[in-house]
Amino acid sequence: MSLSGGPLDPGDTLHLRPGGSWTGGSSRSGDRGALRSTAIAAASTVVFLFVVGWVVVNAPGWPAVQKSFLNGRIFAETFGFIDGSFVWERSILRYVLVNVALFAIAECLILVLGLFLAVLRSLPGPVLFPFRAIAMVYADVFRALPGILVIYILGFGIPGLGIAGVPIDPFFFAVVALTLIYSAYVSEVYRAGIDSVHPSQEAAARSLGLSKFQALRHVVLPQAVRRVIPPLLNDFIGLQKDTVLVSYIGVVEIFRQSQIKQAATFNFTPYMATALVFILLTIPLARLTDFLVARDRRRAAASAR
Amino acid sequence: MSGSPTPAARPPDARPPALVVEGLHKSFGRNEVLRGIDLAVAEHEVICLIGASGSGKSTLLRCINLLEPIDAGRIVVEGQEITARGVDVNRIRRRIGIVFQAFNLFPHMSVLDNVTLGPRKALRLPTAEAEGRGRTLLRRFGLEERALDFPDRLSGGQQQRVAIVRALAMEPDLLLLDEVTSALDPELVAEVLNVIRELAAGGMTMLIATHEMGFARDIASRVCFLDAGRILEDGPPGQIFSAPREERTQQFLRRIVEAGRLAPPTSSG
Repeated sequence: MSLSGGPLDPGDTLHLRPGGSWTGGSSRSGDRGALRSTAIAAASTVVFLFVVGWVVVNAPGWPAVQKSFLNGRIFAETFGFIDGSFVWERSILRYVLVNVALFAIAECLILVLGLFLAVLRSLPGPVLFPFRAIAMVYADVFRALPGILVIYILGFGIPGLGIAGVPIDPFFFAVVALTLIYSAYVSEVYRAGIDSVHPSQEAAARSLGLSKFQALRHVVLPQAVRRVIPPLLNDFIGLQKDTVLVSYIGVVEIFRQSQIKQAATFNFTPYMATALVFILLTIPLARLTDFLVARDRRRAAASAR
Repeated sequence: MSGSPTPAARPPDARPPALVVEGLHKSFGRNEVLRGIDLAVAEHEVICLIGASGSGKSTLLRCINLLEPIDAGRIVVEGQEITARGVDVNRIRRRIGIVFQAFNLFPHMSVLDNVTLGPRKALRLPTAEAEGRGRTLLRRFGLEERALDFPDRLSGGQQQRVAIVRALAMEPDLLLLDEVTSALDPELVAEVLNVIRELAAGGMTMLIATHEMGFARDIASRVCFLDAGRILEDGPPGQIFSAPREERTQQFLRRIVEAGRLAPPTSSG
């Protein structure tokens, strides 16, 4: 292809036919080629799924696993369909709202705390070293600690202190713990974004007489945040899943509820239902991330022209 | 200091010079880029700084805009020492505009927002007033139709003109231009040089680092030849370009002529 070849690579001329484009082989042959690729992709996917399915269904333990993991009646009941009618109170969908609330509240706090930490860490000069050090130690500690430990220590430790005015609600500590953990990751993402804005942008802003803070606020951060939206969303997909960890300090959310149902039925199907809910919950965020990445790439290509 | 430059003649009136630089030294690590710069610029003067890459032209401009801290010497703008301790650098920079080689427009803002950011945030003008000022300037330089476009929609020449307008919107006393045509395609150079000519005709005090020798010869009130961090020769363009005194200046100009970037001295009047 043109990237590897010299300026007179004979392969290049092939891509410059009228109506052709630089995207390479498949588009050169037009719609017919694209259709053919799609057909091949579909066929190979079907074959692959068939082979995997055949191996699983013919495994010696399949009948037992099917009974304990894929029980249709229990699956329906887990979602609240009991004896032909829908009972909201007994549906796990009622409890996923707790996860969604956790996620939504923590996410807002994380965006703020993460940005604060990133800005703290980009402060210049020897005088402000303590602030940089605090932000660095924070990011190191909370990225090093397993999330479940932070949740345990906060959820059981702080209420145990019995300080007046500090709530004892596990939901409160769940939000605090998730915020503390994920702010460490998100601050690193923000920092990468801030570092990616060329210093000449800040110089241009300062040369107009803007203060250091104004340059950061109006010139550096808007560009930095725009660039890190895809990796931020990626972290939030992780956060969405990690909301189940807080079940261990007594927040009754979807995972805790499926455990309860599992214990009541001696069947693991409720876990499969919960798994499905998380997949459906994550897909929109994952596709949004893909869309934003693709859009950024298109824009970069457009401005490089 | 046998090679020290001759100080510029002060204008006879009582007003202090627009800019005085005295004994300016600047190092980056062990690399001493400026080794004692002395320069005085009167109001309405246009000084062109010429010299090879690495001779210190850009660093000198960045020091005057206080974008680089200096190691020794002092810089005085209209009687005020801006390199003194405790000076509000933001206030100083509002009076000194700088235009960079790579434009450095803000890519996330429209042309108009680029131009009005300084007036709105640094001068704290009301948005309407800042936009009025911005649109007037954009119109003056034929850019009014691009006011709401983003910089990546503009040609290099247009971007650099916007960058000049952005600096002018602060109504600076002194404008520094750092090789503003070096990043442009050749056919876009003229539109930017014309803007600078117009500013010179309007009496703007300017310090211009440039490789455009023909332009420097036309526009400069004085030309300074920088070599290894010193102003080696300082004089009217006619003298510098046709009868340079210093051996290094002669060498430099010979190379420029050989590269076809300047007509030989014999052909210049």
